[in-house]
Amino acid sequence: MAQPKPQTVFAPWTDPDAKPLIRFRNVTKRFGDFTAIDDLTLDIYEKEFFALLGPSGCGKTTMMRMLAGFESITEGTIELAGQDIAPVPPNKRAVNMMFQSYALFPHLSVWDNIAFGLRREGMEKDRMNTRVEEMLRLTRLERFAKRKPHQISGGQRQRVALARSLAKAPKLLLLDEPLGALDAKLRQDTQFELMDIQEKTGTTFVIVTHDQEEAMTVASRVAVMDEGRLMQVDTPAEIYEQPATTYVADFIGDVNLMKGNADPKEGFVLLDWAPNQPQIKAETSKNFAAGQELHYAIRPEKIAITAEKPAEAPNALQGKVLDIAYLGNISTYHVELPGGQIVKAQTANTRRLANRGFTWEDEVWLSWTATAGVLLES
Amino acid sequence: MRRFALIAIPYAWLLALFLVPFLIVLKISLSDITLAIPPYEPTLDLSAGWEGLKTFFSGLDFENFTFLTTDDLYWKAYLSSLRIGAISTLITLCVGYPIAYGMAQSAPEWRPTLLMLVILPFWTSFLIRVYSWMGILSTEGVLNQFLLWTGLISEPLTILNTPTAVYIGIVYTYLPFMILPIYSALEKLDISLLEAAEDLGCSRLKAFWLVTIPLSRPGIIAGCFLVFIPAIGEFVIPSLLGGSRTLMIGKVLWEEFFNNRDWPVASAVAIILLLILIVPIILFQRNEQKQREAEG
Ligand SMILES: Nc1ncnc2c1ncn2[C@@H]1O[C@H](COP(=O)(O)OP(=O)(O)OP(=O)(O)O)[C@@H](O)[C@H]1O
Ligand SMILES: [Mg+2]
Repeated sequence: MAQPKPQTVFAPWTDPDAKPLIRFRNVTKRFGDFTAIDDLTLDIYEKEFFALLGPSGCGKTTMMRMLAGFESITEGTIELAGQDIAPVPPNKRAVNMMFQSYALFPHLSVWDNIAFGLRREGMEKDRMNTRVEEMLRLTRLERFAKRKPHQISGGQRQRVALARSLAKAPKLLLLDEPLGALDAKLRQDTQFELMDIQEKTGTTFVIVTHDQEEAMTVASRVAVMDEGRLMQVDTPAEIYEQPATTYVADFIGDVNLMKGNADPKEGFVLLDWAPNQPQIKAETSKNFAAGQELHYAIRPEKIAITAEKPAEAPNALQGKVLDIAYLGNISTYHVELPGGQIVKAQTANTRRLANRGFTWEDEVWLSWTATAGVLLES
Repeated sequence: MRRFALIAIPYAWLLALFLVPFLIVLKISLSDITLAIPPYEPTLDLSAGWEGLKTFFSGLDFENFTFLTTDDLYWKAYLSSLRIGAISTLITLCVGYPIAYGMAQSAPEWRPTLLMLVILPFWTSFLIRVYSWMGILSTEGVLNQFLLWTGLISEPLTILNTPTAVYIGIVYTYLPFMILPIYSALEKLDISLLEAAEDLGCSRLKAFWLVTIPLSRPGIIAGCFLVFIPAIGEFVIPSLLGGSRTLMIGKVLWEEFFNNRDWPVASAVAIILLLILIVPIILFQRNEQKQREAEG
């Protein structure tokens, strides 16, 4: 299922006049003296597919629970469609949440679990039946409609929880790791279904995920969190290509990080990063002081691996293949430089395994362009 | 062999403490009253051999059971017991559920203390506790004195020796049996279920009705049976607190046994009571089993 190419670029966050649907203003949440959310300011716009990414315990669930109304806000305000939500009880918010623990009603069948929210709305029987059937079909649970939650598998339970939160078609949907227990194939299908629903209904999604690839696939923007703070909020491409900090660069995807001292030149920087190694040349528009300590971040797939020294490469290093990780479509080579540093380089496996160019202990050259990596302040 | 031993123990227990006494009582209920020790006949005389066995069985009949139908005292007593049992079960539920709910809502470090307070009354003798209720409820009792002192009433209330006193006694005595199973069901309740219900549009009250109550139902059912079953056969409470106006089958049984010394009729009364109780006991077992299946 291919996504239709949007006519105009959807980027309300670049529009100064756009009104955000959700507005966190200096929100702090403390449990006793532990700060779970630390002075967080964030705008999320209507029809966004907003992904929260971060290590375990960084406050993702807490953020969602504050939006849904299950945690009070210690400091700051959260606005939903321009209104402070603090005094609004959870059942009066146009928000539905899919719980990380699913929270399925054990005494109700799958069907009744999904219908639960619709019944509370007082939806008429026929419409409710069609809606529930639709949700069952979407999550491929038709055969399990009559079962109780303890009679189905973990992945099926997760789908029931997803269907239950989708059923009411709320303005804002909070999904706390909605696809974690699904197999890769079903997960991908469901991701596309979610994007499809989003496109059809214009619902705003906030989704927590531990899977970067998922965040990259579905999200209009990604927020990387750590210890209750936002490290970076940006489109998936920007996060990947232009990480703001070494933390983000390291957290999202695979990266080589080289620490060194800047030698600024006109339009580019030369980085002294290891004795007996050529300087790294990196083009940049930012200004750095001479001798400033910097990190250079470069993705493995941006590094070419060749047997001969490339003629015209701005950056080229020689080393020995230490390890090869075969991942099916790609292979990652761990190359050891003479000084002991390890650099990862990735190539697409366009040829069969047997015809692979390099093997262990081979002397190889690594090379990349001056624009391939980014310089980050420490 | 090990497995056999494991199963044999409860069965031996059941045989010794239930089946054998039951058979003895059943035998007495089929006998006739005499002035002797024991006060019924026939008695089994094994030394007379086969003949003795034959005369023994020919001496048994259902006379006493027929007798129970001729006097309306008995079926009225059964009905009254069932009614008192049912009403006091209901009151116990209404009192016990909020207590169990409050305990389950309390901070976890408080729960063991609260639990201990609930079972604390069992540390004193049951009889002493019922006697002290006589002191509380009588016309000159603590309750009346207190109410007179506050000026809420000008005449002492007559509570002792009325059905009200019996209800108070039963509710008081069996309250822990109601609280404990409900508490154990509520304690297991996952709070996120209530949050999910609220998230899907329920008010707090509605969430309580649609989630908390159904999920504590096994506890409610268990508690009700644990109160209802012994309350029906209750003897001490109605005879000490209920006076002569309260008719309960346990009291009738006692009077047949000790006042009239009519062991056969008393045994017949007991057998019928057991048959009545077997229905709720079976239902109770079913509930427990269903719950175990749901959890397993
Ligand atoms: N009720 C609470 N009382 C005390 N601390 C809490 C409470 N709820 C959450 N925390 C703490 O707040 C922090 C953030 O928790 P949160 O559940 O938001 O993490 P998360 O980002 O969702 O993690 P995960 O990815 O593992 O689900 C954690 O360190 C957690 O221990
Ligand atoms: Mg979480």
